[in-house]
Amino acid sequence: MRKSVTAILAAFILQAMPARAAEIDPADWPSVLEAARGQTVYFHAWGGEPRINAYIEWAGEQVLQRYGVTVKQVKVDDTAHVVSRVLAEKAAGKLEGGSVDLVWINGENFASLKKADLLFGPGWANKLPNWKYVDVEGKPTVAVDFTEPTQGLESPWGMAKLVFSYDTARLATPPATLEALADYLDDHPGRFAYPQPPNFHGSTFLKQVLATYIGDFAKLALPVDDATFKGDVAPLFAFLDKLHPKLWHQGRAFPQNAGDLRRMLADGETDIAFTFNPADISAAIEAGELPDTVRTFVLDGGTIGNTHFVAIPFNASAKAGALVLADFLLSPEAQARKQDPKIWGDPTVLAIGKLDPQDRARFDSIDLGIATLKPKELGAVIPEPHASWMTRLEEEWVARYAAQ
Amino acid sequence: MLRLAPALTIALLIGPVAAGLIGTLLPAFGYLPALGGTSVSLAAFQALFETPGIWVSLRLSLATGFCASVGALAIVVFFTAAFEGTGLFRLMQRLLSPILAIPHAAAAFGFAFLIAPSGWIFRLLSPWATGFDRPPDLLIIHDTAGIAMTLGLMAKEVPFLFLMVLAALPQTESVRSRHIAASFGYRPVAAWLKTVLPRLYPQIRLPFFAVIAYATSVVDVALILGPTTPAPLAVRLTGWMNDPDLQLRFVAAAGALLQLAASLAAIAFCILIEHLAAGLGRRWLEAGGRGFADKPAAALSGATMAGIAATLGFGLLTIALWSVAGRWTFPNGLPSQLTLDVWAANISGAAAAITTTALTGGTVALVAVTLALACLEGESRRKRKVEHRRLFLLYLPLLVPQVAFLFGLQVLFLSVGLDATVSGVAIAHLTFVLPYVFLALSDPWHAVDPRYADIAASLGAPPARIFWRIRLPIALRAIATAAALGFAVSVAQYLPTLLIGAGRVETVTTEAVALASGGNRPLIGVYATLQMVLPFMGFLAAGLITSLTFRNRRALKATH
Repeated sequence: MRKSVTAILAAFILQAMPARAAEIDPADWPSVLEAARGQTVYFHAWGGEPRINAYIEWAGEQVLQRYGVTVKQVKVDDTAHVVSRVLAEKAAGKLEGGSVDLVWINGENFASLKKADLLFGPGWANKLPNWKYVDVEGKPTVAVDFTEPTQGLESPWGMAKLVFSYDTARLATPPATLEALADYLDDHPGRFAYPQPPNFHGSTFLKQVLATYIGDFAKLALPVDDATFKGDVAPLFAFLDKLHPKLWHQGRAFPQNAGDLRRMLADGETDIAFTFNPADISAAIEAGELPDTVRTFVLDGGTIGNTHFVAIPFNASAKAGALVLADFLLSPEAQARKQDPKIWGDPTVLAIGKLDPQDRARFDSIDLGIATLKPKELGAVIPEPHASWMTRLEEEWVARYAAQ
Repeated sequence: MLRLAPALTIALLIGPVAAGLIGTLLPAFGYLPALGGTSVSLAAFQALFETPGIWVSLRLSLATGFCASVGALAIVVFFTAAFEGTGLFRLMQRLLSPILAIPHAAAAFGFAFLIAPSGWIFRLLSPWATGFDRPPDLLIIHDTAGIAMTLGLMAKEVPFLFLMVLAALPQTESVRSRHIAASFGYRPVAAWLKTVLPRLYPQIRLPFFAVIAYATSVVDVALILGPTTPAPLAVRLTGWMNDPDLQLRFVAAAGALLQLAASLAAIAFCILIEHLAAGLGRRWLEAGGRGFADKPAAALSGATMAGIAATLGFGLLTIALWSVAGRWTFPNGLPSQLTLDVWAANISGAAAAITTTALTGGTVALVAVTLALACLEGESRRKRKVEHRRLFLLYLPLLVPQVAFLFGLQVLFLSVGLDATVSGVAIAHLTFVLPYVFLALSDPWHAVDPRYADIAASLGAPPARIFWRIRLPIALRAIATAAALGFAVSVAQYLPTLLIGAGRVETVTTEAVALASGGNRPLIGVYATLQMVLPFMGFLAAGLITSLTFRNRRALKATH
């Protein structure tokens, strides 16, 4: 009698314990939610913009209230540090219980992690409940990151498009093409700069110039062909050689990031700046960092655009919690709040047409801000080239302009 | 127990450095299994030497580091020679000690905010003196020759070397030597240089080498003030260590070894110059010349010291001003509106960072002081005096560039599970804090009159009671100051916290640098001000403890 009672009790207890060795399966969402409750997710995200940090804090509060998941943002100054981190953990044999649960990532960094097998897989992003709202048809970059297929290893978070900014109080009509920009600098030397590659924004400017001047545009979708590389980039460097003597500090020094560019525009050191977030200028005006006479413009022929993502490392300690957070960040409510320039201003990855009427209304009611171009005015999107172009361009740029 | 203290201290000084160097040496020669490097080869070094601009970067590091260090030493030496014992000297002593507590990054920000084309100096002078209504396109910060960086480094190293000189001066009987030389007709500067400097220099030799090692491998000051096309070697190394292209880690490790070799070469060059100077100096000493450009030396060094104090002071004021500035457009000398909004919005977010910084710093300072006291007490009991200022082992963590061994240390801490914990970060900080605490504590400790201990012993007191009731109270002021200094050094650590803490350990310094990547000046102002305030509070606490304990002990209050 006693033995059978013990056996029944044991069976009951064992059955009630969570299956610790079970794999997290995003397709079985209720089990993910159950596993996530009580977990703490360490979200490694760039911390250089207070508005973004505030948004992440809000998302953390929501996720705690609704799902019992605690979110701690780890402010990084460079996502490559996080790549270093995950690599070092693998080097030391830490295959479980890693310190990074979710990372804000795209482009080269994603390609590095993917190539070194440092990501949680198999693909989970397209199994998230909110994936059904994602604009896969209209925004192909949500599944292809700098020509590298994401294969569901990262979940899209927001869109980016290169837009230029200028102060209408000092400049009435901004130049509409890169040639016009070079001509403008003839009369106003030193009033434009771009961040030094390999900074992300500086490299993007190089890609923009290359996309405009390269002979055969289709080459950019393929990896770099060493045989023709020098010829392919010759027009780019010819343009830069012409531009640099007219740049800020005659190209002998460069600002280090987009924040510097914005500050230089605010101080009056430059007349034209650029950013990757179309609503960034409106948000900066709201926060008092720029005068309200600043507006944005795009170049004729289109500007570079891409998507940024969140990914989960292979050894994350809170995988379920990270999935829950990624799914929440993809939800219409979170995406709409993100797009509001009073909060952040980052464009959504969702297709408005796929949303429920009340979510659609949320998006329609957002005031994009006085300096933000309407979606129709944003112009054509030039897709990101293959990641190898960025690496080679940066190396070539450094060899030519940063090595003497 | 006391016998273990020196061994433990040595382990803490050498252990992390050695482990870190091995962790850097192996990848430099191609061995890092996690990245597929399983065979030893020289490929990394080959890639390193083929990197465009690497020799320019190396030359920049060496030139700026060397000039800054030698310049700082020259300023301090001539200032002391010309003004020792005067009111200006005492004034500088009091002004420069607190500046020592400020992290290099905060001082560099202050300097940048002051002299940049859109900085405070131009704002104060425009448009009435300069005619500018927009910031001029002048290459001041980030200039290609590294002059801004050299000046910034010099300004921060002068207080450190000055304090080292002050600590060593009593041993050299400078006052008596100068008086005797004066009675022979030597002018003040020549007298000091001929009689005091030869005795002083061996005492400050190791701190000087530590300054050279730091200046040739500095990262944060170079990022804020230094050239960018190309950047100095250490900056490029840090960039490679963080590059998404993981294969660059090997090149970074090779570069770290190059950086180590460069810093050591700079020190070796200094030793060579020392021998040269010794030979030439001896001849000059015996030549009998009574003067040595006294008036120019006095004028120049006095003006430079005052200039440095003013620059640092105004630089820090600029930071504080930016933290409360609303709109501050270019030609205005002062912000058009002052607001506490930025502080209010960020103080709660900063609370966690402040707590961590204070707790880590406090613990590290306490442990360092305890270890130092244990070692020193051991020496006192055995009546053996070790000249800590000349102890090479003590300077080891300061002589090896941080960037050269931190990657290896990170991997080591990962494998023992100390990674991403406050304890791991504390141990990493301890390695850098111990030398400073020892240096600050050893001389005042040995300066305590040994006769008090002898009398106590003759009255029957056991050694423990002598320590707690005699030596400790008399040296309390020095102990409190050493603890405050240890706290300040811990607050200022950036790379160790970032790498060992894995981003989980937020301190005020890591937050400041992370937010600096956004270019938001008021925010940089807030965090840089916090970086200054915390060490100040440490020194304030030290002063308070001393005053309270000695409120009824006039003689103890008056010493040191």
